Amino acid sequence: MEASIMDGPKRRCGAVSGLSTVKNPVSLARLVMDKSPHSYLAFSGAEDFAKKQGVELVDNEYFITEDNVGMLKLAKEANSILFDYRIPTIGTCGAGAAAMESPLQMNGLPISVYAPETVGCVVVDKEGRCAAATSTGGLMNKMTGRIGDSPLIGSGTYACDLCGVSCTGEGEAIIRSTLAREVGAVMEYKGLNLHEAVDFVIKNRLDEGKAGLIAVSKNGEVACGFNTTGMFRGCATEDGFMEVGVW
Amino acid sequence: MGWAIAVHGGAGDIPLSLPPEKRLPREAGLRRCLDVGIAALKAHNHPLDVVELVRELENNPHFNAGKGSVLTTSGTVEMEACIMDGKTMKCGAVSGVSTVVNAISLARLVMDKTPHIYLAFDGAEAFAREQGLETVEMSHFITPENIERLKQAQEADRVQLDYTQPIQKEVPKDAALADGDSQIGTVGCVAVDNEGNLATATSTGGIVNKMVGRIGDTPIIGAGTYANHLCAVSATGRGEAIIRGTIARDVAAVMEFKGLSLKEAAAYVIDQVPRGNAGLVAVSSTGEVAMPFNTTGMFRACATEDGYSEIAIWDSPTK
Repeated sequence: MEASIMDGPKRRCGAVSGLSTVKNPVSLARLVMDKSPHSYLAFSGAEDFAKKQGVELVDNEYFITEDNVGMLKLAKEANSILFDYRIPTIGTCGAGAAAMESPLQMNGLPISVYAPETVGCVVVDKEGRCAAATSTGGLMNKMTGRIGDSPLIGSGTYACDLCGVSCTGEGEAIIRSTLAREVGAVMEYKGLNLHEAVDFVIKNRLDEGKAGLIAVSKNGEVACGFNTTGMFRGCATEDGFMEVGVW
Repeated sequence: MGWAIAVHGGAGDIPLSLPPEKRLPREAGLRRCLDVGIAALKAHNHPLDVVELVRELENNPHFNAGKGSVLTTSGTVEMEACIMDGKTMKCGAVSGVSTVVNAISLARLVMDKTPHIYLAFDGAEAFAREQGLETVEMSHFITPENIERLKQAQEADRVQLDYTQPIQKEVPKDAALADGDSQIGTVGCVAVDNEGNLATATSTGGIVNKMVGRIGDTPIIGAGTYANHLCAVSATGRGEAIIRGTIARDVAAVMEFKGLSLKEAAAYVIDQVPRGNAGLVAVSSTGEVAMPFNTTGMFRACATEDGYSEIAIWDSPTK
């Protein structure tokens, strides 16, 4: 599991990767930010830090659900079909070597099999201070040791004095486009407002990658954008507006 | 337009009194890496092949990358590296590598041979073996100088803890590393061919006495390493500052959104970072070079197709 958190006003940040027993990775990321001289800790070093900090640890089994066990099996089977038949064109299960190029596939599998359901939260308080946090288990059937966008400052998570952003979707596409920082950069260097910035970034920076993001600005605005079919999301503002959406 | 290449061997508080036995081997290392890079550019090699030549600096024990990497608090080596192709925006990164002779080559394999961008620790090591990359005992990378640096850093920590509060507050953790030489960071290389294709590569052992598992700016796309169709950037300095400043990405963003030239954009971005924390090398698609830093010095070298070349440490070129 991996996570990151960022504090807009001073752009302090904390991130963790490769966690297997820490119940709340985002809280460990916060501790990295607050209690260590570093910004990012991973794998056994992060787990050791967690022990020293006394955060809640559980057995690895705690995190594993039946659904995910089933999906991993499917993913592995699809991969092995890929190997055995070397299907050059899209086969019946939607997997094939050519599928690598298609935006709806990754690793030769339909993106839906990956069920990318990273979680994230962005907030701005009455004083215009923004913050952002993102947390994930990563990709189904990912290579051991694979790090995605969620713990990478500027990619999956970013906050500065103008905005707070958290992204979800194809990690590799989000990293290449430094998606979260892009929203802030376009506001800072192009003078766009939050909504314009989010639209611009989703429209122009993702190419064939599929992703979405939520963002808040120091002015209390909230925006979301995605080029996927849907993105699970909810938002609320002080004036009473509240919304939960999928498509 | 024309090709251009720039390399760095770390920015930091490099004392002006740096003795020749510490200065000359590094200048020679930079010169050698530059020469090899220039030959590759003249031979019309792909920019990715050119920047991967930063492995010359990884193999050189005088730089904090590959052999010569600084040590973690446990006395181990955890190397990281990152490579990016400005034309395709493909990238590869690795962290927590302890036995792979050239971490930058492993990063390139992650980019070329996996559907991912970033592999770390055990997973990265396993992948290296799968790919048949050259691996060695970790002791290969450890030099006596770095064992000494770690000892000094841990002493300084202990000394800090022994004194009373006020002194502890006045002396920031890293400043206790009195020997400015120990601040020497990362190595990096950026290049553009005469068609305007850009690439960047950065490699490092991290910081002395770092916590096991600490990841710095080098493998974080947009922080220590970045390339797109406008420019290629490799940064060095205090990792934590480079991450929060998304330095490498911002140089390109400032060029794109504010219309600044490479030199102006690079200077602008370095200016935003607190003094003493960062430096970078960058080239643009039109063959410009920029090598700004706000530290005492930065080991660096560059060359352009029109025949210009430079090797320097502090503000005035030594050549």
